[in-house]
Amino acid sequence: MSSNTKASRIGEELWKTRVDKVNAELVTLTYGTIVAQLCQDYDGNYQEVNKQLEKMGYNIGMRLIEDFLAKSNVGRCANFRETADMISKVGFRIFLNIAPTVTNWTSDNNQFSLVFDENPLADFVELPDDGRAQDELWFSNILCGVLRGALEMVQMQIEAHFVSDILRGDDTTEMRVSLVRYIEDEMPPEEE
Amino acid sequence: MTVFSLIIINKAGGLIYQREFQPGLRKLSTNDYLVLAGTFHGVHAITRTITPKLPLLAPTAISSTPTSASSNLASPSGTSTPMTTTTTAAATTPSVSATSYTYPIPGVPATGLESLETDKFRLTCFQTLTGTKFLLFTDPHMANIEVVMKKIYEFYADFVMKNPFYQLEMPVRCEAFDRNLNGWLRGRT
Repeated sequence: MSSNTKASRIGEELWKTRVDKVNAELVTLTYGTIVAQLCQDYDGNYQEVNKQLEKMGYNIGMRLIEDFLAKSNVGRCANFRETADMISKVGFRIFLNIAPTVTNWTSDNNQFSLVFDENPLADFVELPDDGRAQDELWFSNILCGVLRGALEMVQMQIEAHFVSDILRGDDTTEMRVSLVRYIEDEMPPEEE
Repeated sequence: MTVFSLIIINKAGGLIYQREFQPGLRKLSTNDYLVLAGTFHGVHAITRTITPKLPLLAPTAISSTPTSASSNLASPSGTSTPMTTTTTAAATTPSVSATSYTYPIPGVPATGLESLETDKFRLTCFQTLTGTKFLLFTDPHMANIEVVMKKIYEFYADFVMKNPFYQLEMPVRCEAFDRNLNGWLRGRT
C-alpha cells in the first residue's frame, strides 16, 4: 500500500543506522524462560500468566515509547490509521525487526488487526500439551501490554489482545487492537 | 556554545531534574527551582491554550508524515480537491477508508511557549509527545539548540527510561545519565 512507504522507510532507516542489535536466540530464550517460569509459578493458571505478561509489557511500553520517539523523531500521528502504520512499520521494525501486517479495519477506523508472519519471541516454542495451554495461554501476550503502555503515554487508551496464534495450531498469529479513546488531560494540574 | 543548565519537568509540572553544566547564571534555591518548574508548566499550558488550533483537516496537509498517506491514496481517484472536502470526497471514491477519518484528529496540537530570551541567556523548551518538558538554558547566541535537545532526549530515553529501577515521573537520580550528558556536552565545547 502506497501509504505505508513513508513509515516503512523510516523504520528501515532506523533499523539500519540507529539500532543496536542483539543475538536473536538470547531474546527468544530469555522470553521463553520468563513465560515458562511464570507458568510454573502460577501453577499452570494460564489466565494469570497472560495477565502478568500483559502487565510486564505495559511497564516496558511506557518506557520504550521514549526511546521510540527519541530515535524516530516522528511527530504526532494525525489519526489512528497512521498510528497503526507507525506501530507496524517503525515500532515493530526497530525493536523486533518485523513488520506485522495491518489489516481488518473496522469501518469506524478504531480497530485493526496486526497479523504476524514471523514472531521472534516464539521461535522454537511448542506449547505444553497439558490440554489447556493450547486453549488458554497467549504466549506472546507481552506484546499487547507493550502497545497499551506505549500508546497510553502518547494519550491513546487502547485495548489489545491476541485472537489467534500459530503456536496454538491456528493459521495465523493475529492481535486485535482497539482504540478506546484519546486521553485529553493535557491541562495543568489544579493547584492554585 | 554555552549550555548553562538543564531542567526536566514531568507531565504533571513537577521538577524531576536540574543540573548546571557551566557557570554563568546565578543559582536558585531548590525551592525556587521547584517554583520555576511549576510556573513554567502553567505558563506553557496557558500559551498552548491561547494558540489557535489548526483547522481540523489542515494538519494532514501540513505535517510531513500524514501527507503521503492521504494524498497518495486520494490521487488515484483524480481528486485534487482542497483538504476541507476530503470527507465528502472520500465517500465517493474507492479509497474511502483511508481518507475519511471521522473521529477528532488529535494531531498537531497547538504548540506552547518555545523559548524565552534575555540579554544573558535563552531558555528553550522542548516538550516530548509524552508530555515531558526539557528546559535548556543557553547562551542567547547559541545555534543548533535542536541538536543538543535531541541528544539530551536520547540520553534520557537510554539512561533514565531504560533504567529498570527508575520510577516513572519521579526525580531523576541516574548517575549514568549525568555522566553521559556531561561528557557529551563537554566534548562539544
